[in-house]
This record gives sequence, structure tokens and C-alpha cells, in this order.
Amino acid sequence: MSKFEFPPSISSRPVWGRLEARAGKHHLMIAEAEGAEAIMDIATPDLMAKSHIIYIPKGTDYEEKLKALKPGILHVGPSYAASLPRIRRVLMDAHMGLQVYLTGTEGMMGQAMNEAVNAGIPHTGIQTEHRGSVARRMQCVHCKGITEDVELDPFVCSHCGLNLFVRDHYSRRHAAYQGVCVDAEDPGNVPEQKRIYE
Amino acid sequence: MSGATKIKVRVTDIVPLNDLVTRFQFEPVDGSMLPTFSGGAHTVVEMKDGDRTRLNPYSLMSDPANRKAYTISVRRDDEGRGGSLFMHKKIKVGDEMVISNPVNLFSLDLRAKKHLMIAGGIGITPFMAQIKQLDRSHGNWELHYCARNEDLASYARELTSEHPNDVHVYYDVKGEAIDLEHLLDGQPLGTHIYVCGPKGMIDWVRGTAKDLGWPREAIHYEEFLAPKPGKPFEVKLAVSNKVIEVGEHESLLEAIENAGVDAPYLCRGGACGQCETNVLECDGTILHRDHWLDPEEHDSNEKIMPCVSRFEGKTLVLDR
Amino acid sequence: MTIQFNDETFRDDYSFHNSEWAIKRFPFPFDKDDYMYSVNMEPHGTGRKGSIFANRFDVDEHYVSEMRDRALVLEQDPLRCQSLPHMTLAGWDLLELIMVSKSEDYPDLFELHRDGDKWRWINKPLGIDDTFTFLDDTTLPYGPMEYITRQTQGDFALLDQRDDNLWMDAGMVTTQADWSLDFDIGMNFFEWHAPVPLAAEMGIFVRALKFLLNIQQGMPARRLNWTMTVNPLLDTSPENYHKWGVQKTELTPENIGSKQHLRVELQTFFRLPRSNGMVFPIRCYLCSFEDLMTVPKWGRRLHRVIRDLPEELAEYKGFIANRPLMLDYLEKFDDGLPTSPGIWPDLETEPPLQK
Repeated sequence: MSKFEFPPSISSRPVWGRLEARAGKHHLMIAEAEGAEAIMDIATPDLMAKSHIIYIPKGTDYEEKLKALKPGILHVGPSYAASLPRIRRVLMDAHMGLQVYLTGTEGMMGQAMNEAVNAGIPHTGIQTEHRGSVARRMQCVHCKGITEDVELDPFVCSHCGLNLFVRDHYSRRHAAYQGVCVDAEDPGNVPEQKRIYE
Repeated sequence: MSGATKIKVRVTDIVPLNDLVTRFQFEPVDGSMLPTFSGGAHTVVEMKDGDRTRLNPYSLMSDPANRKAYTISVRRDDEGRGGSLFMHKKIKVGDEMVISNPVNLFSLDLRAKKHLMIAGGIGITPFMAQIKQLDRSHGNWELHYCARNEDLASYARELTSEHPNDVHVYYDVKGEAIDLEHLLDGQPLGTHIYVCGPKGMIDWVRGTAKDLGWPREAIHYEEFLAPKPGKPFEVKLAVSNKVIEVGEHESLLEAIENAGVDAPYLCRGGACGQCETNVLECDGTILHRDHWLDPEEHDSNEKIMPCVSRFEGKTLVLDR
Repeated sequence: MTIQFNDETFRDDYSFHNSEWAIKRFPFPFDKDDYMYSVNMEPHGTGRKGSIFANRFDVDEHYVSEMRDRALVLEQDPLRCQSLPHMTLAGWDLLELIMVSKSEDYPDLFELHRDGDKWRWINKPLGIDDTFTFLDDTTLPYGPMEYITRQTQGDFALLDQRDDNLWMDAGMVTTQADWSLDFDIGMNFFEWHAPVPLAAEMGIFVRALKFLLNIQQGMPARRLNWTMTVNPLLDTSPENYHKWGVQKTELTPENIGSKQHLRVELQTFFRLPRSNGMVFPIRCYLCSFEDLMTVPKWGRRLHRVIRDLPEELAEYKGFIANRPLMLDYLEKFDDGLPTSPGIWPDLETEPPLQK
């Protein structure tokens, strides 16, 4: 599954866009897994010449296809965490006008967006396009721990072990949705798990 | 009562700076302290000229931490509606006036890692206060100030002597101009641009920044639209059931107020949106001059900003 | 001192109680017999003498104990008080606003002596006498927002204004109706209100924001909001919901009068001069059902409001499961007589219960 139509939701839930080539001398593109396709969709020789692409395969194989676009720089990082020092280094001496393109899962886009925002780019100036898994990055409101790649609702917090239900309320700062105890008023009564968008 | 809270002040100093610009200092009549404000704020000055009252906004340029006195600078506009001429010719030290509490529609983005200020002519005034505010908090700023010539660069000497490394002055007569593309190109992430000056300069800066890929949220601008004079016209106020005449040198908002109808306002410069008024009937052309309504709203002729916009034609009926 | 401060708790043994004085001045939030959202803003800073609206920051008999409860919450979870780096100036704005207001409105309890930037602050109820340099963070034991809000009842959301929106970039939140500052910090006005049902569709937030953005110095505004809480628990936080949520199931027909509390928030809105930001103080008042029923008008009205409230609101406010129990209790205090308009108790003019 590469493209997914998210159902309408509350206004704190992020709305992911469609990438488009924008004006600017420098372009930083971070693509996770199928996100590589979103870059291929907007690639032009002129744009690619000015682009630094960081590609995190997560089991996909778009490296040769991306290489064929002849980007200014193509870096393949084994994971987001491994790519983070490089992302920070690129942002550190970037100038205003840098265009940032993020594409992949919500968890990756949210975390990379935070890096760009902390570096000084307003969040509305950062482009995103969701591709791939619809699993969520969840913060447990009780213990504050983050559980990655949550696909089922409710789920068990990977830190404190509470049964949490999945909210649509989203924090850019945590790059995560909120998980809240589902059986607080009736301990042990946990509804059956279902897929988040079921 | 509309607008911000009022303060009774006395004019305690008048300093003509050059042919066009004069600085006025106000202190509270009752000896109390003035409210503090944030750099970029303006005050609305009431000018009682015979039986006419004009209310014009001026940027506060004094140190925001100074609660004893406010200062403003007024540029004489011989073609305008007479507010600046009234200040220049009629106001004397010792006169009592009424001004509004400060209102800020051009404030600093305190998240900025660097503040890049661009001023044209009298557009320097809000930056005078912002610079004092930033100096106090050890802010990172830089000013580029354009003026016609040395005489008219009202605060160039003061600024360059206090901040020789941060202030850059450009004189039109010497053929000097900001190399804007070059200037914007090298700014670190987290820089915010602030521009205040003539419309052409604001458009130039916004356009150049956009072409270079700057995000909209990092560009801040303030253009005080002085309401322009224009042909007199007639308006019907439906709620108060009055037909009023708007004179050549009077704004629609002033005419509404002079007819004894209380109408909301804050900036009186087409920016804040407070005076937005519904148009009930329009047979003619609304001369929209604000930058509050969007182009579609302008075309629809269903709304008007009476602080700066006018009308030409047969009938205009407002929901006021 | 003019106020007798209670020694009471908002947890464990719940010794919280309202005096007769506190009940009479309780901000009953319903001005008519039904309730729906509205942008119910009015000017703040003026109000009936003795009412909670009379002063910019109301101080009442719960002050000292509420501050003790806040300190306990912060000890357990310091994330309840956070300020993003650009909000320090707004924190000083808030410190100044509160110190000036309280020393003017309660000169017998608070004193502020200013000599240029050298300030001396005396808080008699809490036994504080500190001298510090205004705008110099190093001269206070906490950041300016935390320092002053450890001494002021109510939660505080400190907002930055930019891009025609308000951004909750700092706050002190320990007496909240189930929302998390740590999660919501950094959100704009629409985002942090996103979980509220119905109101967005009604255009409430667009209109409210437009109003708030135009609040100017010296012209604060206010509104009331409300919900329900079982036990006088100030800290109904999502963080601790797994601990207190179960208390909602402990209501019985016998204990509901003393256990069930109407929780009212006085929300006020002030422009902050130096930062051009805003502060939303959110002050929580609690009153048990049985204390509320001592005012006949409130008894009649509360029954009607709770009975007719739309499902979504009862669900959102977290008492849908307890509504039948509440109605059984409240019904006894509604004799069907008409009620006078407005929120005031009108004890002299409204008839006693006729059943």
C-alpha cells in the first residue's frame, strides 16, 4: 500500500499533502521506503541537480531508480535514527530558502519535521506526502513513553504496560498521537483490538 | 466605545528633524505611568481640528521600557487629508491630546534566531522601538535602512553611531540600493524579515523572498495606509437610519463617527479587520484600499473597510 | 487578614469544603435553563463587589491549600509546568500583571515595592518576601511564569500571537479538566481545541479566535466553562486518569450529594504588553451538589440543564454514565417553577423549594 486516503478527522490531526517542486536554490528530501516514489513523481533534472536526497529503504529497493534521477547528493541511510546526525548537520548551516520535502510514514515525517522546525523553518513551510504504512507513533499520556508502529487499537504501552486507546489528537512536538488508558473506569475491561482505520 | 483605551497626554517636546519629519513627545496629563508596549506597536492619535476629529495611527518609536513618555515621528504629507499638516502646523508644546493604548500589529517573532529589518523612509519608526527591545534581550538583529538623502534619513546618524556594525544605510541620491537577492540568499535558517516602508518596497521584498523560497510566515510587513482623500460621496447607514456625506478629506469611518454612530476600529490603516462592515446595497464602485479583505471579497462588494476605502457611484447602503 | 484560609486537601481524604460565603459567590455557569456552546465573552475586571468577578485575579478561602496541592503535583510531575524558550518575556509580563493586580486589589495580603528594576514582593498568606531584578531570570528561584503561578490560583496558558493565530507555547496546568499541557504545548488555538465536539462545526472557534486576537491592553475579557468531577479533585489530569478515573464509578444515591461536584472554570483573557502575547488564566471552582442545592434557583436550573444536555456534550464532559444517577438526585430539587434570568443566586427574590 503506497497511497492511503485518510478519513476526515479533528483539526489537530495532521493533514499530509502532495509534494510539488518549489522555488529555491537548495532542496532537502527525506524519503522513507515507498516515499521514494513521491520524489520520483516530482523529479525534474533541474530540481534534482539542486537536491540532497536521504533515502531510508526499510526493506524497499529504490536506490537505483533514485540514482537514475541524478540528484546532487543521494545518501542511503539504514534507518531514520542512523540518518539523524546527517539531517542535523545539513540543517545546521542551511540558509533560508531551503526547501524540505518529507515523504514516508507519519512517524518519520513528524520527527524529521521537528528537526526542520527546530532549525528555524515554520512547519507550514515544510512539504509532506504520506506513503507506505499507516501505523502510528503513539505517546502514552501517562508514562510519556513512545510506542512506535502501532497498528491496532487499543494497544499496550511498550513502556508502562497500560492498555491505551488510540486518539486522533496529535502533537507536532512529540511527533506522536495520544494514547489514553482505555480501562481506567473499569479495570480489565479492554475492548477487542481492531485496525486503526477499520 | 470603539478602539483601544484612551490616554490623556500633554505634548512635552516637538523636534523638527528635517524638512518633512517632526518628532512629538507625549506624557500623561495626570502624571501617571504609561503602559509598556512591544516594539512595532502603534498608537492612534486624536486630532481635534475645529469641529473635525481625525484619528491617525503612528508607530511608537520610544523605548518600550520607558513609561514616562512616548514619542512618534510624523511625516508631513502635503497631498494627504491634513492630519500630518495639523500635527506639524497647529500642535504646540503644552497642548493636551488624546491617544490610544498601544496596539501591535507588527510584532517581533520572538522565536527568530535572527531579525532582519528593512526600512524605507519614515518606515524606520517601528524599528526604533524594536531595536531597543532587542538590545535589552541581547537579540540578534540587523537593519537595512533606505532613504532619499542624508537630510531625510531622520534617524540614520543616531542609529549608525549606536550600532555601527548592525545598521546599513542606503541613499537614493547616491544611487545606493540594497542588493536584496544577495542579502536574503545568505541568511541562516530561523531568520525573520520585517519590512516597513512604501508599498513598492514591501512588494519588492515579499516578492524576492518568495522567489528565493522563503516561507510566508518568516516575512512580516507593515504598511500604514493613510486614508487617501477622494471625491465626496453619500452613504446610507441602515441600522442607525442616517444618510451621511463623506467629504473629500474625510474617511468613511470618520464620517460615520462624526455622524454620532459608534463603529469598531483599531488600526485605522486597513490592516486589523476590526472595522469590517457589511454592504447591504451597492450601485457603483467600492474603491477598496485595505489589505484585510481578500481579492474575492473585494470583487464581491459585500464588505468594506471604512477606515481606508471609499465609494464612487449612485447608492451605497451599509449595515451600520 | 480579611480572608480566613481553609486548611484542606484536594486528594486522598478530600477535606475540601466551601463556606457559606464561598457557596454564595460560586460562579454558577448557567444563565438560563438550558446550555449550548456560545462565544460568551464579556469584559473582565469589573463585576459585583464580593463576587469572583470583582478582581482581576480572585483570591478566596482555598488559596493556601490550592497552592500546596499545586506544589505536590509539580513534585510528582514537573512537566505540568513548561515554557518554550521564546516565552520567557511573556512570563515576565504575567509576573508583572499578577503582582501589580494582586497588590492593588488585596493590599492587606500582597505588597509590591518597585524601585526601577529592583522589585520586592511580599505574599503574606504564603509567607514569601523576595527581592529580585525585573527581567533578570537569574534572580528568581524559578522562571518568572513558574514563580508567580506557584502563588496564584488557577491554571495558566501563556500564548504567543503570530500568523493570525494564538499558540500555546507555555503554561502551568495542574487543575485542568482532563487535558495535557505536555501534549498540547506548541499547538495553535484550533489544534488544542480539536477534541471538543460540535463547537468547531458551529464556527465557535473561528469567532472566538477573532475576538481574542483583538483583545487589547487594559481591556481583558472573560467567560465561564464547566464540567463535572466526582470528589473535589483539582488535578483531573489525563496523566493520572488511570488512577482517578475509577472514582467516577463510586457514586451511589447516598453519596452523590457530597461526592459529585460541579466544576466551573473562570477563563479570563489578558493581552501581555511586552511580548504582545496573551495569557488565559483558567480558574477552577468546585461545589458539591448538596451545597449547590442550598440555592433554590440553582437546584431548579441544574436539573433542567443536565436533563436536556445533548449526548455528545455529556459524553465529552465525561459524565454520561452518571447522568441517570445525577438526574434522580437533582429531580428532587426541581419543583417546576420558573427561574429568574442570569447566573446570580437571587436568594431574596426566588421562592424556596415548593416540594
